[in-house]
Amino acid sequence: MKLTLHVWRQKNAEDAGRLVRYEHPNVDRHMSFLEMLDVLNENLIAKGEDPISFDHDCREGICGMCGFMINGKAHGGFKGTTVCQLHMRHFKDGDEIYLEPWRARAFPVIKDLAVDRGSFDRIIAAGGFISAPTGSAPDGNAILVKKQEADLAMDAAACIGCGACVAACPNAAAALFVGAKISHLGHLPQGQVERDRRALSMVQQMNVEAFANCTNIGECEAACPKEIKLEVIARSNRDYIKAAFVERPESAVGGAG
Amino acid sequence: MELKSNAPTGPIEQSWEKHKFDLKLINPANKRKYNIIVVGSGLAGGAAAASLGELGYNVHCFCFQDSPRRAHSIAAQGGINAAKNYHNDGDSVYRLFYDTVKGGDFRAREANVYRLAQVSVNIIDQCVAQGVPFAREYGGLLDNRSFGGAQVSRTFYARGQTGQQLLLGAYQALERQIGLGSVKMHPRSEMLDLIVVNGQARGIVTRSLYDGKVEVRMGDAVVLASGGYGNVFYLSTNAKGCNATAIWRAYKRGALFANPCFTQIHPTCIPVAGDYQSKLTLMSESLRNDGRIWVPKKAGDKRPPASIPEEQRDYYLERRYPSFGNLVPRDIASRAAKAECDAGRGVGETGLGVYLDFAESIERLGKNKIAERYGNLFEMYERITGEDPYQVPMRIYPAIHYTMGGLWVDYNLMSTIPGLFVLGEANFSDHGANRLGASALMQGLADGYFIIPYTIGNYLATAKPAKLPADVPEAKEAVANVTAITKKLFSGNGTRTVDSYHRELGKIVWDYCGMARNEAGLKKALSLIPALREDFWKNVRVLGTNEEFNQSLEKAGRVADFFELAELMCSDALDRKESCGGHFREEYQTPEGEALRDDEHYSYVAAWAYQGPNQPPSLSKEPLVFTYVKPSQRSYK
Repeated sequence: MKLTLHVWRQKNAEDAGRLVRYEHPNVDRHMSFLEMLDVLNENLIAKGEDPISFDHDCREGICGMCGFMINGKAHGGFKGTTVCQLHMRHFKDGDEIYLEPWRARAFPVIKDLAVDRGSFDRIIAAGGFISAPTGSAPDGNAILVKKQEADLAMDAAACIGCGACVAACPNAAAALFVGAKISHLGHLPQGQVERDRRALSMVQQMNVEAFANCTNIGECEAACPKEIKLEVIARSNRDYIKAAFVERPESAVGGAG
Repeated sequence: MELKSNAPTGPIEQSWEKHKFDLKLINPANKRKYNIIVVGSGLAGGAAAASLGELGYNVHCFCFQDSPRRAHSIAAQGGINAAKNYHNDGDSVYRLFYDTVKGGDFRAREANVYRLAQVSVNIIDQCVAQGVPFAREYGGLLDNRSFGGAQVSRTFYARGQTGQQLLLGAYQALERQIGLGSVKMHPRSEMLDLIVVNGQARGIVTRSLYDGKVEVRMGDAVVLASGGYGNVFYLSTNAKGCNATAIWRAYKRGALFANPCFTQIHPTCIPVAGDYQSKLTLMSESLRNDGRIWVPKKAGDKRPPASIPEEQRDYYLERRYPSFGNLVPRDIASRAAKAECDAGRGVGETGLGVYLDFAESIERLGKNKIAERYGNLFEMYERITGEDPYQVPMRIYPAIHYTMGGLWVDYNLMSTIPGLFVLGEANFSDHGANRLGASALMQGLADGYFIIPYTIGNYLATAKPAKLPADVPEAKEAVANVTAITKKLFSGNGTRTVDSYHRELGKIVWDYCGMARNEAGLKKALSLIPALREDFWKNVRVLGTNEEFNQSLEKAGRVADFFELAELMCSDALDRKESCGGHFREEYQTPEGEALRDDEHYSYVAAWAYQGPNQPPSLSKEPLVFTYVKPSQRSYK
């Protein structure tokens, strides 16, 4: 089939950027969306034109590296699908498709469709973990975890950190991403000790990174390729509010010894 | 070169304990004076960087992705082995050790494998403590499943996303150290050369993928955990960015490359659909627990699977290997699928596929139970193929998945260059000629969490690397080398793209050094590859400049290294005149078509040393001695 693509081209972070029109005459319906772009890039290189930059790696929907807006929808808006797993059989001959990068202040564009999501890493570094230095663990079966809780933790842990939630949110909030990590660790007994501290530090870092606040619109849930539920945001809000009341400042005196 | 494994002698059960005690220590206050460079942030690199940071070393960690959380370990689906014997089914450290040595077709070092089996139990504990949401039973205990090549249930899993969850555990530990300032992370940075001073690894040259800036990072030791080289085949289950550049450039600086021809073909991947195909997608081996593999008995039978009655189907694995059935190790399952397809019984449009059928399990266990076990895999299959595996059998075909070969390391995971350590898939150490399912995650984490933290301290305490400035002549020379390679990549004046060369190279390696190899084919590959490489350097078209985000340039550098590595793989495969594990030489097989090892002549690790451009590499051998698991013909019948 034949497609017309309008692709956001931006040389670097400083460049203003613009949409450029490309005709794609030979698209096979079995191709993945990224393979369709591969073929377009091969044609561009043959003509001596700069190929389109886009992030991708595993092409199995698990690494979270790929992602851009297709016709205004993150990853194209197909249920539970990253752009690398999206196949061209969902499109038809003659379609016009608009491709743009994630748009958020906390995700500056690097080039074309590739953005910098380092802000997500810094949020995790602020508190998205359980402190368990190597070698300090008790036997795996010494910690019993209710199956239902383990399953809920896993549901939230499925987040791939792609940033679609931020891109889909009119406020460019990172609430679903943060909520997913707070829920993952908060559903497990191992995660209880640092639960208050985690909520406070992650939310604080989220604000530092210039993500805006959540206003319960729900676009993030609809866009999430891993179908993370909106309830993780409710959970992280609860944790945050509780922590704001109960978390006490660290003692300046320190430990014994 | 004489290769000293430095494996401890004495009873194997105590060797790691004894060795750990013999290793020299560094006092906590002195650790922060040492700079350690870690290249790669997957299970091995991420775990190593986090653990070394926790110990107090000053760590610099590099990855080419935009975040350490994206390393390809994340794509592992099925699970991680550990000899916990939680299921009271006869598992033990010794059995895991035995299974791994046997599964590797007696081409791995016994002491390493034993240690791997020992620390496997600590890995599970560590990951649970980090909050990895492993599958649980209703009583709250950890659940296990069985996996290819084993008769016990020792595989721990988190749905079909075990690799993701283990990696996120390591990543979160790593981010914690980054937050505390003990690890400095350098994402979107690619290692392009190793700096060797006075025979010791003392630094690396990196290129920033943001803006092309070439930088020198000096350190007291360098740890490579940069993964395997399966992408030499172009089509593989590896992520698109996976590459051999870090280990290859270290090889060119003097590290020996061991068993390059030992590559693993995974039996359960989604078959190739067209020429534009960019990668292959794995369907977890765990599917073989409940799926039955079959082909029509009649060659060329093009009826849809539902119209083929039971008695006209051949469940060939169950027929040929009654005791292991659909759970035979990967190399055997792959070759069997190839044999069926070569005989014309393959299914699907291309005839390169076999059925993996869940109908019977769905009837026995119910659709819900199957969905709970494999739901995400079924969905992934449907997204890619447009077919619903609850209704029609999956079609699968073998694909390149893992590389057992890699840089040679001793028992301390140190390469032949002092101060250069190699972990995870990037080294050659534990899987011999064939890796068992759910053992890659185990090895990556064992190396990163529980081995390197001990052995690197011993190196630093004994070698006492001197402080060096960043402008030593060796660093300048390495930067000049990197700059020259980049310049050369831009100098091609033809019209062919990097991908088109990569695809052609991959096809040569797959055809002649893939699932089955023979002397004539390997010799042919050894004449085709250098010719194509020459053409690549003359005619490849890389647009743009070095000083920008340039994905074509990144790929070009990696493909240039794949050309050289492909040649080494073929030379190694030609030199090893036996069949073992994933290395199947058609000339050497039993009358039943099984791999025929030659222990008398080939019970060694083949380690190759670089001798300069266009010079044949030189071969050193590390003899393999089996004191505990006596080599026998592997039988899964």
